[in-house]
Amino acid sequence: MNSSTTNIAPAHLAEVRVSFRTAGFAALAMFAILAALPLLTLVTGDAFVLVVATRIMIFALAALSLDLILGFGALVSFGHAAFVGIGAYAVAILNAYGVNDLLVQSLVAVAVAALFALVTGAISLRTRGVYFIMITLAFGQMLYFLMISLSAFGGDDGYTLPARSTVLGMPLLENNLVMFYTVLAVLVGAFLLARMLIASRFGRVLRGTRDNAVRMQAIGFSPSPYQLTAYVIAGSIAALAGVLLANQVEFVSPAYMSWQRSGELIVMVVLGGMGTLAGPIAGAAAFILLEEWLSSFSQHWKLGFGLILLLVVLFSKGGVGGLVKRLLGGAHHG
Amino acid sequence: MAETGALLSVRNLSKTYGALVVTDNVSLDIPERELHVIIGPNGAGKTTLIHQLSGRLPSNGGKVVFAGEDITRLPMHQRVRRGLARSFQITALLDGFTALENVAIAVQARSGSSFRFFAPVARDRKLNDEAMAVLARLGLEDRAHRRAGTLSHGEKRQLEIAVALATGARMLLLDEPLAGTSHEESAVLVELMRALKQTHTLILIEHDMDAVFSLADRISVLVYGKVIASGPPAEVRAHPEVRAAYLGDEQADKAPEAAAAGGGR
Repeated sequence: MNSSTTNIAPAHLAEVRVSFRTAGFAALAMFAILAALPLLTLVTGDAFVLVVATRIMIFALAALSLDLILGFGALVSFGHAAFVGIGAYAVAILNAYGVNDLLVQSLVAVAVAALFALVTGAISLRTRGVYFIMITLAFGQMLYFLMISLSAFGGDDGYTLPARSTVLGMPLLENNLVMFYTVLAVLVGAFLLARMLIASRFGRVLRGTRDNAVRMQAIGFSPSPYQLTAYVIAGSIAALAGVLLANQVEFVSPAYMSWQRSGELIVMVVLGGMGTLAGPIAGAAAFILLEEWLSSFSQHWKLGFGLILLLVVLFSKGGVGGLVKRLLGGAHHG
Repeated sequence: MAETGALLSVRNLSKTYGALVVTDNVSLDIPERELHVIIGPNGAGKTTLIHQLSGRLPSNGGKVVFAGEDITRLPMHQRVRRGLARSFQITALLDGFTALENVAIAVQARSGSSFRFFAPVARDRKLNDEAMAVLARLGLEDRAHRRAGTLSHGEKRQLEIAVALATGARMLLLDEPLAGTSHEESAVLVELMRALKQTHTLILIEHDMDAVFSLADRISVLVYGKVIASGPPAEVRAHPEVRAAYLGDEQADKAPEAAAAGGGR
């Protein structure tokens, strides 16, 4: 009575797997371009490119961490910006107490984010689907309003950092080029770490749960501990993005963790292609470049942006990555 | 219904949705190495019973004892770890995984911690070798690297059983393993189950009466959630209530599948 429907092979799943393999090359290409970018600014003398590229890589880092749970865990977290905020405020609050070392700030940021992820994730993962989205959104907003009410660190107005963090007492990050390569190194490191996780025993359980949670229980897995672990890892990486963001703009504000920011991170992941790791990097680049470009035409740039997003979602299932692949490769696989 | 040395003992198991009684005081004893088939008209509650035995659905009353341990309240994954695995009526494989990966992940579930984050699992020799051995037992070796979603329907049904086997289970609950298969595919699966009888205890839900009567050690007939008869095939075939309710009075060899009972579960 139902057998005929089970014969349909979900082609998009196959496509995702193929693109994960090619994603390595795509990422390599993007990292190579990024690494060579400072040469271009040397020629043109336009340092602004470097600033934009650094910003792209910081958001790429946050989007990459979101892809770990969204793309590989099918956990639609609508509160991921909270972790970016935790990272940023770790820098601000420690600065207020005279601690400016980047490594110390990063460690504290990761520890606090991991703890926040552990507690909120354990509660959120008791729910599924839309309820998971709503509860992660709620936790994100709680943190947002907490930071607004903390007037000691600027409240709604934010907190201006007097300088960038130091590395072993040296003000290395003050140089934009050093800042740029530091962010690139963190991004590449996070990408390699995420790839390793996905290919490990742990990652296989995570991917299996994404495809069919009941099947996983039927072979003897309780999926929640694995999903929670992924949630904690993703939150910790996002906190690093927050540390870097605070340093780049030398300013921290509750706006970093508003639900709109969380939504933008989801857009970056979807725009670039979920479950590919390289996709979110491309997605972050596309998002921020479009933002720069469209906002130069009109303050209503989000209207045009929405239209572009609509087209990508409707006509290119694999996001920007899938589109590029189709343009280059032509035919479908399978 | 004395407390025997049965591997699986079900006592007065029930399941209700409000006033609707889906499983009605079911008691069964399945000794080790028995192939027990549950038949019944559509909507009799066969799949619900499998859901309750496997832990997919909670029961409202009664007791399930497996290998001497009360597992009535255990979740599905813990029952699997104790050796009670199931397949699904509607094929539920990991379609994006290869056949080998589908089996290897079941091997992984019972061999060591899966909180390992570094080594690439695709190159885990121990998991792959064990998975390949299970595939070979089912004649699926040459399909090992095909994605499960691209396999034929019959191969998917075989892979379902392979995955259940790979969990290391002593007892398998197979929910309509022949559903939707062609004549040839079905013959392969029947021989497979005949071979499994030598090593495993099985509960089978099946509509194909040829298969049922050729495989079963014992048959239980479920109608409206109640076991109306239970015993060796010949006995069940001759049972007057069974003939009336299910097999049809005039011809007991071939059962009209859609006989009686709506409800459509």
